[in-house]
Order: sequence, then C-alpha cells, then structure tokens
Amino acid sequence: MPGLEAPPVAPFYEKRKSVFPKAIDGKFRRIKWLWMGVTLAIYYVTPWLRWNRGPYAPSQAVLVDLAHRRFYMFGIEIWPQEFYFVAGLLIMAGIGLFLVTSAVGRAWCGYSCPQTVWTDLFQHVDRIVDGDRNAQIRLQSGPWNAQKIGKRAVKWSIYLFISFWTGGAWILYFADAPTLVRDFWAGEAAPVAYATVAALTATTFVLGGFLREQVCIYMCPWPRIQSAMLDENSLIVTYKDWRGEPRGSVKQASGAAPPLGDCVDCNQCVAVCPTGIDIRDGPQIGCITCALCIDACDAVMAQVGRSRRLIDYVTLEGAEAEKAGAAPQNVLETILRPRTLVYFGIWCAIGLALLFALGVRRHIDLSVAKDRNPPFMVLSDGSLRNAFTVKLLNMESRPRPMEIGLSGLPGAVMWRDDMPRSAASRVLRQKVEADQVSVLRVYVAAPPGSLPQDFSFMLRALDKEGEGDAHTTRFDAPGESE
Amino acid sequence: MTKRIDEPTGTETVGHEWDGIEELDTPMPRWWLWTFYLTILFAAGYVVAYPAIPLLHKGTDGLLGWSSRGQLAAEIAQANAGREGVLRQIAATPIDQLPGKPALMQAAVAGGRAAFRVNCVQCHGAGAAGVPGLYPNLNDDDWLWGGNLKEIEQTITHGIRQPGDDQTRSSLMPSFGRDAMLTPSQIEDVVSHVRNLSGKERPSASSTRGAAIFADNCAACHGPAGHGGRQVGAPNLTDAIWLYGGSREAIAASVTNAHAGVMPAWAHRLDAVTIRMLAAYVHSLGGGEGFAAPPPAPSSGAPADARP
Ligand code: SF4
Ligand code: SF4
Repeated sequence: MPGLEAPPVAPFYEKRKSVFPKAIDGKFRRIKWLWMGVTLAIYYVTPWLRWNRGPYAPSQAVLVDLAHRRFYMFGIEIWPQEFYFVAGLLIMAGIGLFLVTSAVGRAWCGYSCPQTVWTDLFQHVDRIVDGDRNAQIRLQSGPWNAQKIGKRAVKWSIYLFISFWTGGAWILYFADAPTLVRDFWAGEAAPVAYATVAALTATTFVLGGFLREQVCIYMCPWPRIQSAMLDENSLIVTYKDWRGEPRGSVKQASGAAPPLGDCVDCNQCVAVCPTGIDIRDGPQIGCITCALCIDACDAVMAQVGRSRRLIDYVTLEGAEAEKAGAAPQNVLETILRPRTLVYFGIWCAIGLALLFALGVRRHIDLSVAKDRNPPFMVLSDGSLRNAFTVKLLNMESRPRPMEIGLSGLPGAVMWRDDMPRSAASRVLRQKVEADQVSVLRVYVAAPPGSLPQDFSFMLRALDKEGEGDAHTTRFDAPGESE
Repeated sequence: MTKRIDEPTGTETVGHEWDGIEELDTPMPRWWLWTFYLTILFAAGYVVAYPAIPLLHKGTDGLLGWSSRGQLAAEIAQANAGREGVLRQIAATPIDQLPGKPALMQAAVAGGRAAFRVNCVQCHGAGAAGVPGLYPNLNDDDWLWGGNLKEIEQTITHGIRQPGDDQTRSSLMPSFGRDAMLTPSQIEDVVSHVRNLSGKERPSASSTRGAAIFADNCAACHGPAGHGGRQVGAPNLTDAIWLYGGSREAIAASVTNAHAGVMPAWAHRLDAVTIRMLAAYVHSLGGGEGFAAPPPAPSSGAPADARP
C-alpha cells in the first residue's frame, strides 16, 4: 500500500557482521609484520633469558617472584619497598602512551595492543586454513559439509594451540621457566599455574579467535581515552574526501559532469580493514589506526595511475590546510611540536630520575621502631631501659654479617631479648641471610639519671663493601618529656 | 521528545536532548545481550545455591549449605591444623629447653604475645607494664617469685593466692600495724630503715632504731640486708623497684596493712601449651632470667660510635 509504510523499527540487537579482512601487502603491512614479530618474540622469549646472580638468587633474567616478593629484571632487583621503581615505570609507560598518541595517533591500538597482535595472528591463520577474504566469506555462508567441518576443526585447533602457548608463556614470568615447564607437564606445578594457563588460554581463544574487533569497539575503554589524547595536530588515518569525492568507477569518470574525485569506489580500504569499518565515513572509534587501508588504497591508486595517499596519515589541521590547497605537511614537523616535546621531556626526566635512584640506592637498610608502651622502664639497679624493634635488611643475594652499634647515649648498652643482660654491650652482631630481613628485639639500657635524648643506631656490613645505614631515634626517660 | 533519524549514521535517536547533545538508539551487539542474559541466569542460580533472601528471622540457606560463618570456621580449623605441629613440639619440649631451639622459642614468644593480648592485658596492660600499686610490671627485671622460664610458667599455671591450689604462690606478710604488732612510731622507724636500704634516705636516728626492729620482725623473710627471698615471695627492698610505691606513706601503708595481691591460676582456663607460650613471651619482655650460657660480648663498641 503506497504511503502506508510503517516507520523503521530499530532492531533489538545488532547482529554481528563478521569481518573478513583481505590480505594486503605494503609499507605499513610490513611494519606491522615486523612489529608483530618483535612483540611476540619479546613475550615468548623473555622468560627463557638467563642472568647469573650467584648461588642465592634465581638466574632468570626477568622474574616476578611473588612468593618472596621480589622483582628481578636483568641486573636490577626490586624489593617491595622499592615499588616506586615499578610505579615510575608505569608512569613512564603512561606518559610514553601520551607521547606516542599525540604524535602518531592510536599507534598502540594499531600495532602494539595484545588484542591487535593476536587478532592479526589469528586472521593470518584464517587465511592459511580458509583462504583469503572471498574464500572465507564463501565458507562462512556455505553449508556445514565435511570440508567446512574439517577446516573449522583444523583452524580452531590452531587457535587453541596458539592460545595455550600464550597462556603458558605468561606463567613462566613468575617462576623459573625450565623447572616450571617440567613440573607443568609432570602435573606437579602449583594449581594456580594450571588455573592461570587455563584462564589465559580461554581468554586468548575467545577474544583473539572470535570476539576480535568487538573487543576494540565495545569492550575496551582505551579508544575513548586515546581519542581524548588526540588533538588537531595528531597524525590519524584519514580519507581525503576533498580529493576522493564524488566517488565513482574509472568507467563512470570518463565524461562525467561534474568530474568525479579520485576514489574509484573499489571498496579495497573496507575489505582490508581488520575492524571492518569504512574509513571514508570519517574518523571513528572503530579505527585502530593500523594504516592497512593506506596500503590498500595506495595499491589501487598505483593501478589506476593516480597519485598515492588518497588515504593517509594526516593531522586534522593538515587536512584542513590541504583541503584549502596547501602542500601536504612534513610528517617530521608534525611530530616534533611543543606538546610532544614536553611529553618527551617529562618522560626522559622520570627515566633519568629512576636511573639515578637505581644508581645510588643502598643494598642494606636499617629501620627502627620504638616501643611506646611503656616508653621506658626503670630496672632494679635504677638504670633506664627502652625497647626497640630493629630490622636489618640485606638486599644482596648473599648472606652478610652485620653489626649494629649505638651512637650517642653515653654509658648505654644493648642486648637482644634472647640474651641475658649480662651479655650486653655497645654493639650487636647479626648475620643476615641472602635477601632477608632480620628482625631483632633490642633493649637499650642507660645509666640511672639519664635524660631523654636522641641517639642513633648505626648499621655496618662487616664485608668488604662495608655499606652502612643509620637510624636516629629517641631514648625516653623520666625527665622533661614523658 | 522527538525521535528522528540521525543523518550521518542513519540510526534512530532515543529522543532525549541535553544542550544539543542527542543519544543514538544504537542496538546492542548480540553477544552483549547474551552475556547479560547469562548473568541473569547466573544470579538466579546463585540465589538458589547460596544464602540470599532475607526472611523474618533468618535468610534462606542456599542449596550448597555455604555460610560465611562456616567458611570462617573452616579457615580457623585449617589455621589451627597448620599450627598444630609447632604447638605439639612446644608442648613436648620442657620449657627450660626452649631457648635451645630458637625457631621454637620464636614461635612460642609469638604465640604468647597473642595469648597475652587476650588474657593478660586486662590487669598487666597492653605493654605489660602493669599498674603501679596494683599489678606488677612484667618488663622489668624484678621478680618476686623468680624470673626464669620455669618459675614464670609455674606462676602462671598456679596463680597467686589461689585457694585450693596447693602449688599456688602465697606470701604472708603480717599486718604489723593493723594487728598491733608494731606501734605507729616503730613503723615510721622501719620505713626510715627500709628507705635507707634502697638509698632513698640518709641514715638517721630513726633508721638506726628501725634497723633493730627490722632485724627482729622483717629479716626472716626479707633477709638481714633486705635483699628479699624468692622462696617466700619477699620483695627485694634494696632495689629501685617498688610494686606498691616507695614513698614514706606507701611503705608505711604496706607495713601497716600488708598487701595480698592475687592472680588467677591459669591451669584451669588455658591449656598447658598456651601457658608455656605465655611464659616464653613474658620472659622475653626484657627481664628474663636464667639464660643458658651468655654468648660472649663483641669486643669493643668504639667503631660504631663514630658516625660514618
Ligand atoms: S580504517 Fe584503516 S586504519 Fe582504521 S582500522 Fe581500518 S584499516 Fe586500520
Ligand atoms: S581503496 Fe581507495 S579508491 Fe578504493 S574505495 Fe577505498 S578510498 Fe576509494
């Protein structure tokens, strides 16, 4: 019935439109290949690197030792109280992200994000097993015959295999890799190791194998944050509509009035896009800035003999200028601008500060907590006693003999709670095991009539380094204070 | 509220508008909806399986029979099971041999600290400093009944002046004043003497008279020189520590009326291991006596006194 059309009803849910990105070769695809290799290699190989730390420490180069609360990274060993190093690295990572994003847009999303890297990997598996885009589409819409079942079984097995290696590699960062691998297969590893591998295998399988671009578009908060870090001077992948529109095929173009733009409407940019979007609709949240559409369009432009970079990395400002007829921007100039330089400066400053802190940190530490209840004690001979909890920290991977002594507090002596007072003296010796803290309860007695005053515990390592530390605290006595 | 089709996206808007900002009525992805339905299913299952719905007096129990109280009980049982081995070892080790096993001793002190916080702080205070005139300070090195591990364990086990316990600690200082064994002026003289013993007062005519009275009445327990006697729990009168105060009035009050402090016999309330750990803890507070062999003191303290 003409004129009685019902208004369009919004569907209750959006059916998933499967994405079958076409294989493409080009400059950015090759960068992406290379970077994929580098990131995957870092991830899989790192736990196997060895680093000799002597007999008392693990010889794994990168190790997060949760049980002993240590973090080893090559020559650096981080204790829980040195967490500021990790915090500093995280801040550097954050600022590094600001820097990269404000310079070259969402490079993290397009190149380094694990979701992108593994999705890319799985998409190559698709191409190897099912064939390229058209074959994939045919297979998807075809009936479940023996061939399809076989291909699916092969493909999903490969997914599972990759996922398992991915989950398996993760736990190697938390224990000695060779031992853990042996224990894992012997069924002797900790239950948490199996649980972690199972969980990471499952998430890799589902997120990388099936959800793919859905993660980027619907689940991930990162695109929202990164969009906020972009400004009109950030490089983003852009379709130059002023050059491409109105679009039409080469055939249509001849003799058309008004003349058509450069886009031949071949849809190659859409076909290669791993998130399945059409960049010609303008910048959008689904674009992870992988630049594969640039490769695709450049290839098309070369075929039809038009100039390259109809789709290009351009800043919004550069795009406006180009639209008005200016020459394309110099990429280096857009990257080196005050905002990125400031980020870079901050990033370097934090890095240098961390390096400095790393250089001057001591490998020995003394901390003293004074008993407040009671603050002091009168002994039967009238002398005054204070109690302290003294912690000696040995951050070296070997046992070290240490000595604490008193500085100040004339006439005072000290002894441990497991010694008689008759053994008291001005110094105490204690061997502190490798990477350990020795907690001593120490009593300090001063002669009768001593007044409240400050004094110090002095710590010294009795080895050739002879490192030391001091801690000033208070001796309480009946007197002007307390 | 006018719904319209948004030009660039072709999606219908929901019809709300704030400051010119409109909301697209974008349909949700199907997997998202399925996830949502699954969470609803999960919630329904959860409500059936676990305690969930509050009723008048208690909530539903849940089919799995789980409860936070039960979980706590299980965790406590597990923690206890983990401690059991150490506790058994402590129980099997005579207390005077504990210091020979440093790890065991440390565990005992730690366990004793916890038990002290539950059972002992009410009188002796959180820092074990006692209350002057009421409860003895356990940090100092003055002991009425002895300060080695064994003696402390004995005191905690049998208490002070506990009727019906024939091993309880019990000292019997007479009430010299109240029972008219000494006159008030004699008491004043004894006080002078006692304060002279501990160096709190100079010798005087009064203290000389007091010395004679002391020799007749007090030396039997406190010793001729006033050093006290641990067999009878008589305090040392020559040191700097006074349980009931060292002023003239306080000492006079002690001689006149005597004191008879009490402490529960913990044998009836705590198990032997806990008492043993308590003794180890009290011993570690700084006044412990009877260490096996004092380790040799390091030679000189001179280097540590120099600041680096
Ligand atoms: S639009 Fe281009 S740059 Fe953006 S995700 Fe798709 S292929 Fe990558
Ligand atoms: S690849 Fe280039 S020419 Fe082809 S549709 Fe995309 S923008 Fe147009």
